[in-house]
Amino acid sequence: MNLLTTLGALPLLGAILIALVPTAKATLVKQLAFAISLLVAIVAIFSALGFEVDRPGFQYVERYSWIPALGINFQLGVDGISLALILLSVILVPVVILAGWNESEGGRFSVKTFYILILILETMMIGVFSATDLFLFYVFFEAMLIPVYFLIGGYGTGDRQAAAVKFLLYSLFGGLLMLASIIGLYVISGNQIGRTFDIEDLATLQIDSLTENFLFLGFFIAFAIKAPLWPLHTWLPDAAKSATPGTSILLLGVLDKVGTFGMIRYCVELFPEASKTFTPMIITLALISILYGAFLAIGQKDIKSLIAYTSISHFGFITMGIFAMTTQANSGASLYMVNHGFSTAALFMTAGWMISRRGSSTIADFGGLQRVTPLLAWSFFIAGLSSLALPGLSSFVSEFLVLVGTYTRYPIAAIIGTFGIILAALYILIPVQKALHGPTTPGNENLPDLQRREIAAIAPVIAVIIALGFYPKPMLDLINPAAKATITKTGLSDPAPLVRGGNE
Amino acid sequence: MTSSNLVYLVALPLFTSALLMLLGRKSDKWGHILATLASAGTFVIGLSEFFAMLARPEASRAVTQRLFTWISVGDFQVDAALLLDQLSIAFVLLITGVGTLIHIYSIAYMSHDRDRRRFFSYLNFFIAAMLLLVLGDSYLNLYVGWEGVGLASYLLIGFWNQKSEYATAAKKAFVANRVGDFGLSLAVMIAFANFGTVTFAGVEEKVAGANETALTAMGLMILLAAMGKSAQFPLQAWLGDAMAGPTPVSALIHAATMVTAGVYLITRSNFVFDNAPNAQLAVVIIGAITLIFGAIIGTAKDDIKKALAASTMSQIGYMIMATGFGPAGYAFAIMHLLTHGFFKAGMFLGAGSVMHGMNDEVNMRRYGGLAKVMPITAVTFFLGYLAIIGVPPFAGYYSKDKIIETAFNAGGLQGVLFGSVALLGAIITAFYMTRLMLMTFAGKRRWSDDAAPHESPFLMWAPMAVLALGSVASGYLLYSGKAIVNWLAPVVDKAQHKHEDFLPPSVVSALAVTAVIIGVSIALAKYRREIPVNAPTDVSIWTRLARRDLLQDDANEFLFMRPGEKITQALLATDEKVIDGAVRGVGATMLGSARALRKTQTGYVRNYALLILIGALLILTAIWVVTL
Repeated sequence: MNLLTTLGALPLLGAILIALVPTAKATLVKQLAFAISLLVAIVAIFSALGFEVDRPGFQYVERYSWIPALGINFQLGVDGISLALILLSVILVPVVILAGWNESEGGRFSVKTFYILILILETMMIGVFSATDLFLFYVFFEAMLIPVYFLIGGYGTGDRQAAAVKFLLYSLFGGLLMLASIIGLYVISGNQIGRTFDIEDLATLQIDSLTENFLFLGFFIAFAIKAPLWPLHTWLPDAAKSATPGTSILLLGVLDKVGTFGMIRYCVELFPEASKTFTPMIITLALISILYGAFLAIGQKDIKSLIAYTSISHFGFITMGIFAMTTQANSGASLYMVNHGFSTAALFMTAGWMISRRGSSTIADFGGLQRVTPLLAWSFFIAGLSSLALPGLSSFVSEFLVLVGTYTRYPIAAIIGTFGIILAALYILIPVQKALHGPTTPGNENLPDLQRREIAAIAPVIAVIIALGFYPKPMLDLINPAAKATITKTGLSDPAPLVRGGNE
Repeated sequence: MTSSNLVYLVALPLFTSALLMLLGRKSDKWGHILATLASAGTFVIGLSEFFAMLARPEASRAVTQRLFTWISVGDFQVDAALLLDQLSIAFVLLITGVGTLIHIYSIAYMSHDRDRRRFFSYLNFFIAAMLLLVLGDSYLNLYVGWEGVGLASYLLIGFWNQKSEYATAAKKAFVANRVGDFGLSLAVMIAFANFGTVTFAGVEEKVAGANETALTAMGLMILLAAMGKSAQFPLQAWLGDAMAGPTPVSALIHAATMVTAGVYLITRSNFVFDNAPNAQLAVVIIGAITLIFGAIIGTAKDDIKKALAASTMSQIGYMIMATGFGPAGYAFAIMHLLTHGFFKAGMFLGAGSVMHGMNDEVNMRRYGGLAKVMPITAVTFFLGYLAIIGVPPFAGYYSKDKIIETAFNAGGLQGVLFGSVALLGAIITAFYMTRLMLMTFAGKRRWSDDAAPHESPFLMWAPMAVLALGSVASGYLLYSGKAIVNWLAPVVDKAQHKHEDFLPPSVVSALAVTAVIIGVSIALAKYRREIPVNAPTDVSIWTRLARRDLLQDDANEFLFMRPGEKITQALLATDEKVIDGAVRGVGATMLGSARALRKTQTGYVRNYALLILIGALLILTAIWVVTL
């Protein structure tokens, strides 16, 4: 079976198909792109049904020799975490296309190019999560930058060119550090087990702790830029502010997850000892991100930057969960990635609709929308509640798992992190009040409420947010074995409850 | 024992609420009827469960229902499961009973509001969340209901959020509750780290093996949660502003049920507090401070709803204080909670009835003499009044008297201190409630000519009458034959503690009645004369402080809001200037050197290549740092 290759190739083939359509037929291009992405999502969901949750290791494994001289293979496979993230990606792409039906217009490039870029990006996303050969991962990791660069710089608003360049430079910088580490790892593998990029083989290497530390850092910095950790975050608000809402959804919802996914798959699993060495430092940075991101979100005047800073806070939670190295925290972090993807998508989608209706992204320009556009207001509100991790919605489960899992090993860190939930109430309810409540701001009286297309885009996302809040089991069943395997690789076990047995 | 009906208690109002929201304006015509029926349905289920429970022997009264596995990761196993025992059934009957009455009342009260259906959808959502709160079998299930009622409260306080200050009030309530949630979250984490479980039964089973520090910490975090939800000092400031919500909401959520959730949480966690005396003492102190704090504010408020809100804060202070006395106090805390549910909800509905007849005027200085034009409202209100100040044999007499008695029985200096505080509270309560009665119903009319006060329609006064009956009889019914004490003992007093009396009960009763007489007399002396329509400004500093809610908002602003804003501004500047500035600095340097390099080299240098150089340099630096 070469299911993953097929799945990954589908969007690329779709992109080629769209390239053949005349540029002038913009509507046809949109419909085609939507149909293709929907097809990919359906194929992915049906394929995922065959995933055996209890089987350890990678599934749907494929392996073709690529550059034999260097020991490089085209090698794919998924475990629970990568499968969950692939599902997130392929579900979000059609949602993004549907939600931002018109955002491809008025860019520097044609409408057609926008969708070609999106579909190419989708192929890269599937590739980057399913690669089990380190070199192949690196290729996807870097190649992904190209479509994103053009999506930000070509279709955004404001100072989009500068934001795109900033994004690119940051990413390239991280990528280079990672490349150095990859080469180092490759050399060591040559000395010990024969040259290979197979990540399961690489995990067996015996590396002296000094080398391991700096190889780890190369990977970690790259990932800490991608899923921006304080103080490497300043590219994100600029990018999110300039990009179209759809691009922002893919950027924050999926691409940034490559960073946190990489921390699990590459940092913790390949360098467990170094990970433990750097844990105090990383958890400190994660805590700073949680609080710093939240405070900055509270202070934002622009709705898109606000969402970007909330994400920095959320990435802090995810990073903390990964490095707390308990099964609860690790499962929670992985689930958080998926949940954050959906809730950020809902936030950006609804914010995008508000912005396109009003022609402004300044929060103060809105006001009283609850009475003018009730459906839009409710959608934004529910998305916000998901972002502040209201119990009953999906993000609560993941955020709480991260906190409880961190508490058992690092109680002080968990206590500081919990302050984030108070700040979250502020950074959501302040814009909710300014934009949705109060008297209707002049000029907003006649804004239209959601259209059928927009309802079709937001409804499934909200349904997922509520469903996974009450019944996260399907997702957890998928993620738990992978999280457990990661913790096993670190050689740690969960702290036991302090009190054993019944009444003594 | 298991029961398969519990889930309907939550599901019925939850689905009705969702239905009304999803159907939107299509259900405008009948939405309120359906919601009221759903609420009545839960009451019927609650009653049938209650009678079924009565029929069972004491040991097997509690029933559970496991629904599904909610969260399962490693040892962290949380089921969605419900538990109905002697404690939760008391709440179920209160919530669904008073809740249904308030649904009925609201049909008339909200009849002119264009968003009545939305209001009823919120009310049903509240009922569902509140029932989940008291039925959840673990701290985490409770948390879902806990936050659900917080959301309902937020939505209902801000029901008319087109007014900016109402929207602000809603936000304030939510944020104060989130501070409490910080405590609840940590309590759950402490429970899991210590016991490996977060169910009430699981924690209770293992609680004896835990060290006291952990239990004290858990108790204090539970107390913090209770302070947020139950408006206890110093997280009380949101409750007065919450009166922005429609008055039936103030009656149901901000008087009878949701704000008492903190009392429920502490009582439910009795096994933690009974092993953590320091946490218990903290509970008593917080309760004692709040009962005086609220009562003092109540003396100076001219807004009838805010006066009642201050009173609620104070009465919940009594309940919280009682829970701090351990097994001796839990049952009386719950008893006062139930009687308070009747008389306070009744008085709030009465206040709503007055406002309904007075063009939504809330300033008591513009009332006066309303007893003549609104006789039913006046009588039902008066019965609630007799109950709250504690005139025998009305409901509040029994419940408050027992709390005062328990306070004295704590023994030693503490007992005398807290007993006296409780008595002082009783004096002030009698004072501010008499003031409220006099200003509203007695004396000459002070309302303007465009107000045309009239008695409210049947749908409004009928619920008030039912609640008034409760104000009269509920205290005696719960008290006689130690009914509530024996009923709750299997949950809160398994060891059947014997309590020593510090003072004979008859002496305490005499003291309590004396306190009432003192308070009423002072108020009669002070407010029998003409009441100025505009609040006098040449008042003492104490009155001014009380009018300003004892500076609660000023304190919050000074301690949290201003510093918070400063931090935000400082971080905004840091992000822009320092962090991003450094990045831009590096960028500029790079471009500069690129240009320089371009001059020295014949070919052109791409940034990419330069980045490789910089990257290599950084790696070298990193190696150097690591080898240090």
